[in-house]
Formats: sequence, structure tokens, C-alpha cells
Amino acid sequence: MEILEDKPGKQILLLGNEAITRGALEAGIDVATTYPGTPSSEIADTFSLIARSFTKQNKTPSFYFEYSTNEKVALEIAAATSLSGLRSLTCMKHVGLNVASDAFMTYLYIGCKGGHIIVSADDPYCHSSQNEQDNRYFALFGGAPMLEPSTPEDAKEMTRIGFEISEKLQSPILLRTTTRLNHMRGPVELKKLQKSRDKGHFEKNPMLVTTPAVARARHPELLKMLEKAEEISEKSPFNKIINVGNPKEWGIVTSGVSFNYVKEAAEDLKLNVRIFKLGMTHPLPRKMCENFIKSCKNIVIVEELEPILENQFKEMAFDFGADVKILGKSTGHFSRLYEYNPDIVIDAFSKIFNVKNPIKKPAKSNIKLPSRPPTLCPGCPHRATYYAAKKAQPKGVVYPTDIGCYTLGREKPLEMADLLLCMGSNASMACGLSIATDQKTISFMGDSTFFHAAIPAVIDAAHHNHDVVITVLDNRTTAMTGHQPHPGTDFDGMGRPAKRILVEDVVKGCGIEHIEIVDPNKIKETTEAFKRALAFKGPSVVISKSPCILLENRNKKTRGEAVFVYGIDQSKCKKCKICVSQFGCPALYYGEDGNIFIDSQQCNGCGNCVTVCPFGAISLKGEKE
Amino acid sequence: MKTSIVLTGVGGEGVVTAANLLGKAAIKAKLNVFVSEIHGMAQRGGSVSCTVRIGDVSGPLVASGTADAILSSEPVETLRYIQYSNKNTKIVTSITPIIPFTVSVGAEEYPDIDSIFKELGNYGKLYKIDAVKIARDAGGLVTKNIVLLGALAALDVLPFKSEILLETILENVPPKSRDINRKAFESGFKAIKKNS
Repeated sequence: MEILEDKPGKQILLLGNEAITRGALEAGIDVATTYPGTPSSEIADTFSLIARSFTKQNKTPSFYFEYSTNEKVALEIAAATSLSGLRSLTCMKHVGLNVASDAFMTYLYIGCKGGHIIVSADDPYCHSSQNEQDNRYFALFGGAPMLEPSTPEDAKEMTRIGFEISEKLQSPILLRTTTRLNHMRGPVELKKLQKSRDKGHFEKNPMLVTTPAVARARHPELLKMLEKAEEISEKSPFNKIINVGNPKEWGIVTSGVSFNYVKEAAEDLKLNVRIFKLGMTHPLPRKMCENFIKSCKNIVIVEELEPILENQFKEMAFDFGADVKILGKSTGHFSRLYEYNPDIVIDAFSKIFNVKNPIKKPAKSNIKLPSRPPTLCPGCPHRATYYAAKKAQPKGVVYPTDIGCYTLGREKPLEMADLLLCMGSNASMACGLSIATDQKTISFMGDSTFFHAAIPAVIDAAHHNHDVVITVLDNRTTAMTGHQPHPGTDFDGMGRPAKRILVEDVVKGCGIEHIEIVDPNKIKETTEAFKRALAFKGPSVVISKSPCILLENRNKKTRGEAVFVYGIDQSKCKKCKICVSQFGCPALYYGEDGNIFIDSQQCNGCGNCVTVCPFGAISLKGEKE
Repeated sequence: MKTSIVLTGVGGEGVVTAANLLGKAAIKAKLNVFVSEIHGMAQRGGSVSCTVRIGDVSGPLVASGTADAILSSEPVETLRYIQYSNKNTKIVTSITPIIPFTVSVGAEEYPDIDSIFKELGNYGKLYKIDAVKIARDAGGLVTKNIVLLGALAALDVLPFKSEILLETILENVPPKSRDINRKAFESGFKAIKKNS
């Protein structure tokens, strides 16, 4: 594996996320924990890939890795391993830190021992998220030192050196990344791989028990730690000034991926500016900032999302009594919304610096293009569950949904998603609807989501006897984020056998009395199960069990088994269009003659269209190419 | 020197792999390179675009109108990213449509294919390629992305020799599929050379 090569000085191409994993290996990582979530997933998936390759050869990797039940569990486990002296890393998507925030906020009070990097992967533009919150606020909120990489090389070095900073400060470090960094590939120069420690040891200390008296004593310690962190920030090689042209009175302050656009735009527009690239963005190096502010008459702040640097620079300019103009979001030159890109930065600079924008009006076609939103895959068992649930009661039902592939059920023709906040919200919101209205609810979530955050809501439904139908779409994987294992699989992230926790056992333990277990590929029986669940007064749980078709077909391929595809007998097809306009499998399409066909490249062979067709026009056609 | 390439297509077609291979080839040629890709929901039949920038660049994103080439595995997806094109941009597109489900369910329409090609020709220098047929002839539809990389290598856009790209591809595919990938690359290369 290239990422494991111990060849200092060699340059390889790594994804930002892989670079973080490599940086951890170069720092002798002992423990890594996560809950998968785009855009963070490949950090943990790379640890998993390495661990599984060791397990396959009956060897033990140099680190322990797990896909934890949720981000809070992941952070708490790694906090304990760090407090036992081991170097630890916890990675998650930005909203994962909300889940882990209860632990995060108090963890900063007690601090760590072995270096601990907490990676937050933010998602400006919500490429694959429910919001675009700026987690830099978490560093300020809780008091965590923070590093922000611009490139994969930065990401690797900040991870590697971050462990040293963390140990020096005895505080976990927030490595704040964004989608564009996580999913950017770039050259990375390898450094020596470091050996990990063998075992840690937990030293008892009453100051680790955060009673009110301890917390009051710890808070000033946290503030002292931040003073020390500021000294590190002053000397950090990650904070640097780069001159473009012959700078006089203009400065630009930037961090993260924005730096990439700023540097190239400044060069291309032939500006004369000093660029202050901040890599350690909390705490800011105040002395360095003071010198920079006092050396400029105008400063442009370029940062995606919230005006966090901008507000701090304004505050510092005020404190230092500097006569400087600060331009950014508050002056309307930059937006608080979405992701930046070269066009946005070049356009803003051309206005600020009064130079011609070299980008001509982008080409735009008048041809209306069909949209291609992501959709449930052909053969996805969720489509069959949705279809069956809708048949049970076609009208008047509200469908709270959850985070995962099943959000895709929102699209036509299924339209089986009405309400969504976050991981686990489906079941609790169904309870709320049952209190407020007489409307029937059927909520949907995946199995990984069930274990992650929905169990307390199921207990609530049972305890208060809420009249809801809660559905667990049990496809035996965490599909949307790349098929990671979870507590319901019989192996773990290191490829070792693991205890499979059955959803039905947990649901029963939560006090649910009406449980239906169905195979969604038996559509009629599934519909009957939903009818019984809807008729039951009180909470019922439907567990719809069928493996993710992508995973299933991949496993078939490995085992050398064929995947079959289906076809339509045009002489039997009556053009009722139920298969297209109600079931909506994307493998179905209208031919130029208006007939309906099945694209055998796309068909994944679930065969559910056979059941859906009222005229028996669909049958097995042959093996998939 | 800067080279900017935009790769587009539909999730599951090897667009991300093709971009990654271009990046690895640039490293092999000892050049600076950045590649941008979008993961997650794009896998599920969604529109996918990647960008590759090589040389004196500090990030992977391409400014509008500055692509040296657009490489696409689907005609509508080529036109969707036309903002990156200028008159000199070389546009390589596979000619076979992949019908979005929005069209199959009758909610939207797939535009007339010839009008797409005509429009593409208005914005850049168009190279049409029957990548599906060439890939099948080479040994399998899975090599469609490699056919397109072969076509790109024939266009004098890349700042390194086409042999470096082919070597990179062969080093990164399983040994048993090296032959079909070599054939796919070479057929894609020839298809462009023959027509230009």
C-alpha cells in the first residue's frame, strides 16, 4: 500500500483525507475512532483499509481503529485512550461534532495526555449535508486550539505536528477541514513513519472528575492553556506572510482552501499585496496580527462561511488603535453563504483593487438540460419498502425521514420523505406529530442511524405509548457514506469478527410490543405488515431487512455468482406505466417509440418490477454484462 | 505554465478514477498537480465533475472559461459544464446518452442529441467519440473512462507524454485487466488521431 511506504522524501498523490491518515501514521498513531460521514469518511476508511489488510494476513496493525456507534462515543473512547497516554485521533463530519459536543466542551476543561486530534470536516455549500455550519466556532466556543489546512500537504503536516502541539498543551486540537480539502488530491512529501506505543496507563487524578468544584478549578486552567497556545501560534510555521508583487498598503488575511484562490488570483491580477496565511487560526497570533494590521492601510479578509477572522481582526484593529480599513463580508465584498471558488475571489478582487476582471462572461447554453439528482439505485430495497408502505395507506400519512440514502425517497414518484432534521430525528418527530395531530405517521431510518441516535426516541415512543409506526430499513451497512460496518454487522472496522446486534432485540428491549420483521422484496407481505402496524394503537416498529443491492452485487461478483437482469415483453405490456410512474426504478426508460424498456446496464436484478407489473410483462432476461 | 482539465459524467462511470489517474501521471512526470472530486451523493446516479490542474497552480478549481480541455462521458453532462470552456477549449465527449430518471419517468426531456453537439461546437473545439463501442470492443464497458483518457492524450493538452499516462493506468489496474485497458487507451487515442 503506497500510503504505508516508509520512504522519506518521496512524493505521492494523496486525497486530503488520506493525507490526514498518513500524518497520523507519521506521528505514531495508537487509536483512531470515528462515525462515518461525508466529507470525512476516507480518513477513517483508510485506517480501516490498512487494519483489514493486516487482519487478513493474521497480523496486528500498529493502531487500534473502530467505527464507533456515534460521534459522541467515538470522541469519549479516544478521550480515554488519550488520557491513558496514547496518541488518538477522532474524525467526523461537521454535524457529528454537534453529537459529540457534550463531551467536547468538558473534555477541554480536563485536557488530554497523549496527543489527540479531533477532525471536523465542514461542508460549505452542503454538498452532502443538512446544513453548512462553521465549526470554527466550536474552537472558540469550547477553547480548543485549531489548525486549518489549505492543501493535502498542509493536512498531513498539521496532523503530524498537531500531535506534538496537543501534547505540549495537554489539550485536544481541532483540525478543521472543508469538503474541498477533504476531497482534493495533491502532492504530499512523505516523512518517516513513527512507531506507536504499546499500551497506555491511566493515572488516577481527582481533577479528572468534573464535579462543580473541579470544573470551577479547571476553567482558569483552560484559559491559561490558551495563553500558551497563543505563544505556539506566534511561532508556528503554519502562520506566514507571503508577498505578491511589491506590496505597500494592502494586505489580505485568509485561511483554509480560500488561500489557494487568493494566491492565484493575486498573482494573475498582478496585485501588490501581502497575504497573511493563517494555518493556526485559534488562538490567533496577536503580536503577528498586530504587526500585520499596523503595516497595512487596507485589509481584505477572505474566509468561507462565517466572519470569524474578520470579526477578530476588527476587534484587534480597535484594540491596537490602528488606522486600517477592513473589507470582507460586512462590506458586502464576500458572502457568508456557500463555497468560494476562483471566480468569486477574482471578481471580488477586481472590484476591490479596481482592475479588469479577466474572466469573460461564462458560456451559458440556452438548451434546457434535464436534471440528474441523486436517486435510490436500481434494485435498492428501500424503494420496495417505500412502495409497500405507500400501498398500505396511499393518502394522509406523514413520513418523517432520516439521514442516509432514504432521504432520496423524497423525489418523485415515491415522495416518501416529509420531515428531516438530523440523525435519529425521524422517530422523535413522528412522536411529536402523533401528539399534535390525528395524522398517521410512518417514519423511516437506516440500521446504522438506528444504533447511532434513534434508540432514545424509540424508548420514548414505548414509554409514552405514542401512536406511531417507526421503520428501520435494515440493509446491513452504512450505505451512503461508503458501506462501513456498524453494530448490526458481524465484523468490525478492522475486519475482525464482531458481535452482531440485532435491531429487533434492541427494539424489544426498548419496550416496543408490536414488531413486524419483513423482507421488502416480498412487496405484498410488506404492505400487509404496514397495514397491521398502522392499525395497532400505540408504537410499532417495522424492520425491513434486505442488504444494500450494491454491496450484495459486489459480494456476488467476488463469489463468482451471476447478477441477472430483467426485461419487458412488449406484447404483454399494456402501458399502464405503474413501473415508471409509481415504482420509479431508474433502470426503466421510455424508448423513442414510447415503449418502456429496462436498461440492462443499470438493472441490478432485484426483480421487484416483476411484482409491481399487474400484467406479468416483466421477466428474467439473462446475465448482467 | 498551467493546464486545467474538467472531467464530467454520471456517478459510477469512472470519472473520479480518470481524474485520479491524471493526477498520478502528473506526479510521475514530476509536475505539481491538484485534483478536485466530489464524493457521497454523486455515486447514486448523480452528475459528477472533477477538475485537474497541473503546473504553477495553487488549487484544483478551474475558473470559468479557462479549461484547456473538457473530457466527458455523457453529452448532457458535457454541456452542463460548458461555463469552463472558451473558444480554444478542446471538448471530448462520449456520444451515448445516459438517460436520467427524471426523463425516464417523463418529468423532464432529454434534448435532441444533434442540437447538443451543435451547441458544444459553438463554445469550443468538439471531438465526438463513440466511447461505449470502443470500450466494448476493447473488452468491456468498464474501460470507457480509459478510452476517454486515451482520447485526451491524443490532443496535445497534457504537459507530459501520453506514454506516462498509459504507464500510470497500467500500474493502477489489476494485472489481469492490463491488456484490455491498454487496448482501450490506444483505441481512444487512435479514434481522435484518425478524425483530427
